[in-house]
Amino acid sequence: MKLSVSFRHRFGEADLDIAFEAGPGVTALFGRSGAGKTTSVNAVAGLFQPDEGRIALDKTTFLDTSKGIVLPAHRRRVGYVFQDARLFPHLSVRGNLGFGARFVPGPIDASMSGRVQDLLGLTPLLDRRPRDLSGGERQRVAIGRALLAQPRLLLLDEPLAALDAERKEQILPYLARLRKEMDFPILYVSHSVDEVARLAAHVVVIDAGRVARTGSPGAIFSDMSIAGTLGARTAGALITGKVLERHSDGLTSLTVSGGVLYLAGSDAVPGERVTVRIAAEDVLLSRLRPEGLSALNILPATILAVEDAGGPERLVQLQAGEDRLLARITARSAQVLELSPGTVCYAIVKSMALAMGGDPNPKLKSSIPS
Amino acid sequence: MELFSGAEWQAIGLSLRVSFWATLASMPVAVLVAYALARWRFPGRFLLNILVHLPLVLPPVVTGYLLLVTFGTRAPIGAFLEQAFGITFAFRWTGAAMAAAIMAFPLLVRAIRLSIEAVDRRLEAAAGTLGAPPFWVFATITMPLILPGVVAGAVLGFAKAMGEFGATITFVSNIPGETQTIPTAIYALLQVPGAEAPAARLIAVSIALSVGALIVSEVLATRATRRVEGR
Repeated sequence: MKLSVSFRHRFGEADLDIAFEAGPGVTALFGRSGAGKTTSVNAVAGLFQPDEGRIALDKTTFLDTSKGIVLPAHRRRVGYVFQDARLFPHLSVRGNLGFGARFVPGPIDASMSGRVQDLLGLTPLLDRRPRDLSGGERQRVAIGRALLAQPRLLLLDEPLAALDAERKEQILPYLARLRKEMDFPILYVSHSVDEVARLAAHVVVIDAGRVARTGSPGAIFSDMSIAGTLGARTAGALITGKVLERHSDGLTSLTVSGGVLYLAGSDAVPGERVTVRIAAEDVLLSRLRPEGLSALNILPATILAVEDAGGPERLVQLQAGEDRLLARITARSAQVLELSPGTVCYAIVKSMALAMGGDPNPKLKSSIPS
Repeated sequence: MELFSGAEWQAIGLSLRVSFWATLASMPVAVLVAYALARWRFPGRFLLNILVHLPLVLPPVVTGYLLLVTFGTRAPIGAFLEQAFGITFAFRWTGAAMAAAIMAFPLLVRAIRLSIEAVDRRLEAAAGTLGAPPFWVFATITMPLILPGVVAGAVLGFAKAMGEFGATITFVSNIPGETQTIPTAIYALLQVPGAEAPAARLIAVSIALSVGALIVSEVLATRATRRVEGR
């Protein structure tokens, strides 16, 4: 299953020129608000028709302006989860979930309804009305509704953006499970580095109507130049390691190429490979090995580059073992510590600042037919 | 003692029959026209909008006269309908229903159009991505969401049809048992000295029906709004 997208469109002032491909698994469309992410998924879904271009999923052409082909939205079989859920207010949860079933061509997979309800925890909600659901429940129903239409492609347009941090944490595990269960392409629009780091196998960075970069989340977010495109707050390395031990005090230790990391609260089991995101702003640098410090993670590292990130800020790229780290520090510190390429130093990260990232190699089980 | 005399019952019954058929017959056309005006951009849309609203502002006697010269037995269309299908409008209750339908039409269209415009089109787009072809989207999403608005419009249109006077009396005259509805009956009674009591009874019926219709219409309109907003 491969989705290929390539289109151009003229809006009064801003032009859109988008081209990317997405295979099975989660491809994140990442970028600032107004960069053209939602317009791109709308073009894939058939809710927006660009001036020219070609969009195809395997052998099915959704759009080919050179041949005059425009497949209407209802014949594309694209599951679309909107930011605002868009549940039908006059139907119960059951009615919403069942809406797409009658339009599925060919035999309906009877066991699917139960599996999707289990996957998303929808069974207790079935007889309720959309207005009686919380924001998080609505999004889960919207995801279930899209899946039960048996799509060949799933589009998620900032499904967590309207939720508070707590609700986000409640839904993310469902999305992570979804990612492991589905074997078709999933486009995930987001401007949250955390969400992208935790879910995506592939990232397409969209900036000002153009594809600025594509690559793995690790490569994208540890890239020095990304800070300039997307803002320094997005910078941060993704590091993959093997779980060593789950300690009785709630910490989990992880072997990475540059040493051992401790992180707080994780349900990973020993031996499992996990990815953690180390945001550039959470990294301290020290020339000497610090002692008497509350931070548990101290990795020896060598400086690769020091870049002016504007104003009083410097972005430092480090090599720690085989991994690369980024650190945001002040220009003053960089000067006082005499940091320059080749300098040996220590990168310090608080355990509480470490977020669990996505599974680097999602297992693609074919449990839902495409 | 009887509440209403035979002639009064006849007028009330005929009014109800005329209004019922007037509302029922104009409803599908009103939904189509309201949908077209709310959603489609086409040449002549402006003219259609004017045409729909014309009965609201035109003197009813003019509307009645235009109907007479179009559907009268000697008018081309009226004569054709009579010869080809045996349908006569002039001086029949069917003509009264037609006059009432045309006078109620703008009210129906306005109410339905407002509820169509209040529908969140993003819901229809969502239904499309779930595989629903456009007609299904209309039948399963748009129609249920606007239904209270449609019913409210129908109630209002029905009340308007019950009260129609000018176009009716011009087009189909005031024939007891055939075209004499409540308003034309009241008019006839008021021409006769000493008939104030039966006139007053019909006036009371008229007021009760109108107020009742307004209340029902208002309640349904509120419910329509709530439903569209998903509350």
